[in-house]
Amino acid sequence: MLKLNDVSVTFNEGTPDEKRALNNINLELEKGEFVTVIGSNGAGKSTLMNIISGVLIPDVGDVYINGEQVVHLPEYKRSKYIGRVFQDPMAGTAPSMTIEENLAMAYSRNKKRKLKLGVTKQRKELFKQYLSTLNLGLENRLTAKVGLLSGGERQALSLLMSTFTEPDILLLDEHTAALDPSRAELITDLTEKVVRESGLTTLMVTHNMQQALDLGSRLIMMDKGQIIFDVSGKEKEKLTIQDLLQEFQRIRGEQFGDDRAVLT
Amino acid sequence: MFISLFGAVESGIIYAIMALGVYLTFRVLDFPDLTVEGSFVTGAAVAAFSIINGIPPIIATLLAAVAGFIAGCITGVLHTKGKINSLLAGILMMTALYSINLRIMGQPTLSLLNETTLFGQLEEMWKSIGLDSMLNGILSALGLEQLPSTWAVLIIMVFITFAIKILTDYYLKTEVGLALRAIGDNKKMIRSLSANTDSLIIVGVGFSNALVALAGGLIAQLGGFSDVNMGLGLIVIGLASIIIGEALFGTKTVVRATLAVILGAVIYRIIVTLALRVDFLETGDMKLITAVIVVAALVTPKIIQSRREKRRRIWKRQQLRTGGDGHA
Repeated sequence: MLKLNDVSVTFNEGTPDEKRALNNINLELEKGEFVTVIGSNGAGKSTLMNIISGVLIPDVGDVYINGEQVVHLPEYKRSKYIGRVFQDPMAGTAPSMTIEENLAMAYSRNKKRKLKLGVTKQRKELFKQYLSTLNLGLENRLTAKVGLLSGGERQALSLLMSTFTEPDILLLDEHTAALDPSRAELITDLTEKVVRESGLTTLMVTHNMQQALDLGSRLIMMDKGQIIFDVSGKEKEKLTIQDLLQEFQRIRGEQFGDDRAVLT
Repeated sequence: MFISLFGAVESGIIYAIMALGVYLTFRVLDFPDLTVEGSFVTGAAVAAFSIINGIPPIIATLLAAVAGFIAGCITGVLHTKGKINSLLAGILMMTALYSINLRIMGQPTLSLLNETTLFGQLEEMWKSIGLDSMLNGILSALGLEQLPSTWAVLIIMVFITFAIKILTDYYLKTEVGLALRAIGDNKKMIRSLSANTDSLIIVGVGFSNALVALAGGLIAQLGGFSDVNMGLGLIVIGLASIIIGEALFGTKTVVRATLAVILGAVIYRIIVTLALRVDFLETGDMKLITAVIVVAALVTPKIIQSRREKRRRIWKRQQLRTGGDGHA
C-alpha cells in the first residue's frame, strides 16, 4: 500500500547546520496495517510524515502509494490518497466556516471539485450520520462555525474529516499531544475505532510510548533519521515500556533521551 | 439635495460591484490586492476605447471585465508562482497597469460624451416603458421639486448588481467556492484536502479584478469619460464600503456579508455626498473624508462593544451587592 525505498533527506547541505533528517529509510506498509512511530525529538518522525504527504521532496529515494511512484506529485495531488490529522487542533479545520462546510470540503478530497453546491440536503443527512458516531452532539450543530468548538471537538472533527472518505493512507502526526488527558483519550479511542472499522492503512507518530504500545499492529522506533527497531504482531503485544527503553539502549548504547515519552 | 443623493445612490450601486471584487480578495482570499487601482482604470479604458471604435457598448463592457480578469490572473501568478509577497505583487501590477492603461487610451483622458453608451441605450429602452413619469409623479406628490432625469440607471444597475451578488453567493457555496474560502481561512488544511491552492488563488484574484474592471467600465460610461487617474485611492473606497457594511449589517453568512458590502458601498457614497455639502469642505478633501469614515467605522463598533461589556459588569456587581444572583 505504502512503500518507501532508500529515502534520504538532508537539510542545509554544505553548511555548518547540515542535518541528515532521514538516512536511507526503507519502509513498507501492508494494506490495513496500523503502525505507530516513536522516537525522540529530531529523530525524523515529522520529516517522514512530510515525505509521505508530499510537503517535502526527498533528495534521493522513491515513494510508492498503491504501487504508483508519487515522489514527484505535489502535496495537493497526493492528498487524494492521504488523509491527515495534525498535532495542532486548529490546523485541520477552517474556523470561520461551518461544520457542514468543513465536512463538504473533506468530502471533495478524493474527487474533482465542481461548480455544484458543496452542502446539499442529501449530504447533510450523510454528515449527520457521520457526526453522530463521534457522540459529541455535533450532528445538531451543523451550521455552527467551527471556530466556536473546543480543541477536542475540533480534533475529533478533523479526524472524522480525514477518515470518512476512507483514504488509502491515514497519517496521524501526534494528533493527541496538544489535548488535555481526557480529550486525548477520547481522540485515541475514536482513532482506534475508526481505523479498526474502516481497516485504514495508518501511520501514527506519537510521543507517548504507552499509546504506541496500546494502539496498532506494528511499532517502529526512529533515531537520528533511521528506523532502529521494527516489531509487529504477537511480539509487539508483549512489549512494555521497559522493553522499549532497554531495546533502545542495546541498539544505541545510550539512554533514550526523551523523558516526556516515558512519563506520559 | 435630493438630486445629489440620487446621484450618490446611482454611482454607489455601481461602485458596489467594485466593492464585491475587493471583498473577494481582502476577505475571502485574505489577499490584500492593490491591483484594483489599476484594473478599475483598465476596465474604463477598454470600455471607452472599444465604444469609440464602434464596438457595441454591451460587448465593450464585457471586454472590460475580461481585461480585468487577465490583469488579476497575472497578479495571482506573480504571487503564487513567482513567490512575490501579495501586497508587492499587487503594487507591481498596479504600476504596470498605469502604463498599459495609457497605451490602451493613447492619451490620458478619453471622452465618451459624443458616443452612445450602455446607459444611453438603456435609457432609450426605458423611456418606452414610461415608468419615469410614474415614479417622478410619486416624488412630486411628496413635494419634491427637482426630479431625477431618469430612473433607468438606478433600477437597472440594482438588478445587475444583485444578479452579480447572487452569482457570487452561489459560487462561494459550490465545492470550488468552499475551497476558495478555505484558502483565506486555513491554507494548510485545504491543501491537505487536495485543493490546488495556487490555481484557486489565481482564478480568485482574476475574478475579483473582473468585477472591479466591470465597475470601471460602467463608471466610465456613466460619467462620460475615462481618465488614467480615476483609480486613485480606489482600494480605500472599496475597504471603506466593506468595513461600513460589515459594521452595520454583520457578516454571519456569505449571503449577508455580500449584501452588507453592497449597502456599505451605497452608504459610503451618501456619506461622502453629505460631507461635501458642508460649507468648509472642498472636493479635494474627499480622500481625507474617506480616511476618517474608515477609521470611524473601524473604531466605533469596538467602543460600543467595550461600553456594553462595562455596563454589563457594573450591572452584575450591583446585582450581587443587592442580594440577587447576578442572572437576569
